[in-house]
Amino acid sequence: VTIEEALKGAAPQVLGALCRRYGRFDACEDAVQEALIAAAAQWPADGVPENPPGWLFTVAARRLADRWRSEEARRNRERTAALAARDEPAAPDADDTLTLLFMCCHPALSAPSQIALTLRAVGGLTTAEIAGAFLVPEATMAQRISRAKQSIKAAGAEFGLPPEPERNERLRAVLHVLYLIFNEGYTATSGPDLQRADLTREAIRLTRELRRLLPGDGEVAGLLALMLLTDARRPARTRPDGGLVPLAEQDRSLWDAGAIREGVELVEQTLAGARLGPYQLQAAIAAVHAEAPRAEETDWPQILALYGLLERLGANPMVTLNHAVALAMVHGPEAGLELLATLDGDERMARHHRLPAVRAHLLEMAGDVEPARAAYREAARRTTSLPEQRYLEARAARLATSSR
Amino acid sequence: MKYMLLIYHNPGFLESFSEDEMNAVMQEVGEIMGELEASGEWVGGEALADMSQTKVVRVHDGAPAVTDGPFVEAKEHLAGYCIIEAETPERALEIAARWPDARWNGIELRPIMDTSGTEM
Repeated sequence: VTIEEALKGAAPQVLGALCRRYGRFDACEDAVQEALIAAAAQWPADGVPENPPGWLFTVAARRLADRWRSEEARRNRERTAALAARDEPAAPDADDTLTLLFMCCHPALSAPSQIALTLRAVGGLTTAEIAGAFLVPEATMAQRISRAKQSIKAAGAEFGLPPEPERNERLRAVLHVLYLIFNEGYTATSGPDLQRADLTREAIRLTRELRRLLPGDGEVAGLLALMLLTDARRPARTRPDGGLVPLAEQDRSLWDAGAIREGVELVEQTLAGARLGPYQLQAAIAAVHAEAPRAEETDWPQILALYGLLERLGANPMVTLNHAVALAMVHGPEAGLELLATLDGDERMARHHRLPAVRAHLLEMAGDVEPARAAYREAARRTTSLPEQRYLEARAARLATSSR
Repeated sequence: MKYMLLIYHNPGFLESFSEDEMNAVMQEVGEIMGELEASGEWVGGEALADMSQTKVVRVHDGAPAVTDGPFVEAKEHLAGYCIIEAETPERALEIAARWPDARWNGIELRPIMDTSGTEM
């Protein structure tokens, strides 16, 4: 266990134990952050203490005592005396991590705030690390986190699991936040973004932890499988210069076979038992891709069937886009283009680059060179991603030379 | 998504304000910046020096040639910029509309490209 792993693993248990004892999530969370920073400075020199959570708990409790002593000297004299007397190692409680995840994904918070707070309170990352991963100044991220904690407080949330009827919906929010963290890291391509790639590892670690806590939930397993199967492609999805390599052109020998094995196994287990959900279906689709030794051997009819199921669970334009690709691969580009046309009036896609990008691919498949090139260019103008723009411009340019 | 707010001025624009008016504008800007800092949406921003401090560098045959600004025909010029991170395009528009310059020369709002990308 590295120092970093010891710190991050201990962070939620220490925070949970502090919250259970003293309440005041916001102050406890600050104190744990300070203890983590102190540990990161001291442990490399002094060695990892015998009981890392105990060390962190003691330091964090002292910080809390110091703060309360200076902030509210009179009001809390008794409490601080009690604090100092009861400095003792934390008793870990597995449920604390779940409680913390639910708190960090409180519906009163915006998605960026949920993400930042989850990474800090549950992931044990420092504000500086989170700021670096999201390419904003540390002060900006610190404000986002402190504002998030104020909102939780204002919403009257206590440290504890949400009431039973809300729990399922809150779990969906947690899964969505973990998915967003994963994506933020996965889409990083090169250079200054390398730091962001750690977010992928972090999301997988937290989802694994969640699966340990909720082994019977099919969607938790589905999300973990989806992450593993998607991340398995990482070594093949970009060129060394940061250029994007589409799925069909990836060197599959670079895919991470271990991650694929684990992901496929998870998919098989959950599809056999649990109630179907969107993450399980997306994982199943990723598994079909992962199991094709060559792009030409992809089982598109099966993928098409899975997209059909996914659309039945809840139609959304991004699913329709991918559905159209699968349809084109099974029944020809015209069938795919026909389905795409149903998105033309959709306001959610009106300025989105994925619609013209998919249309361009299907037009290219159909041999409609000029319209394909125009659609690639349209998509390139709309995207705000540099690597995507470069890829789309390159596809357009390739068509221009081939048609001459 | 990060956005850049580009603030344009005309020559003589700043001089057209009285001291009180200028103080009021500065206070207004200070308030907005304070709010954006508190909400974690402020990423950065600076005002640019007067146009008369501008230099233009061009390389001809490998040799840099430097000319001074401003230019006689200069009209609108970039006077400053802010970078914000907004959760939705609507929120970015709302912030831009709050900037006092939106009432004068308008604010140009441009999404900033990022270096991440999804599999196509």
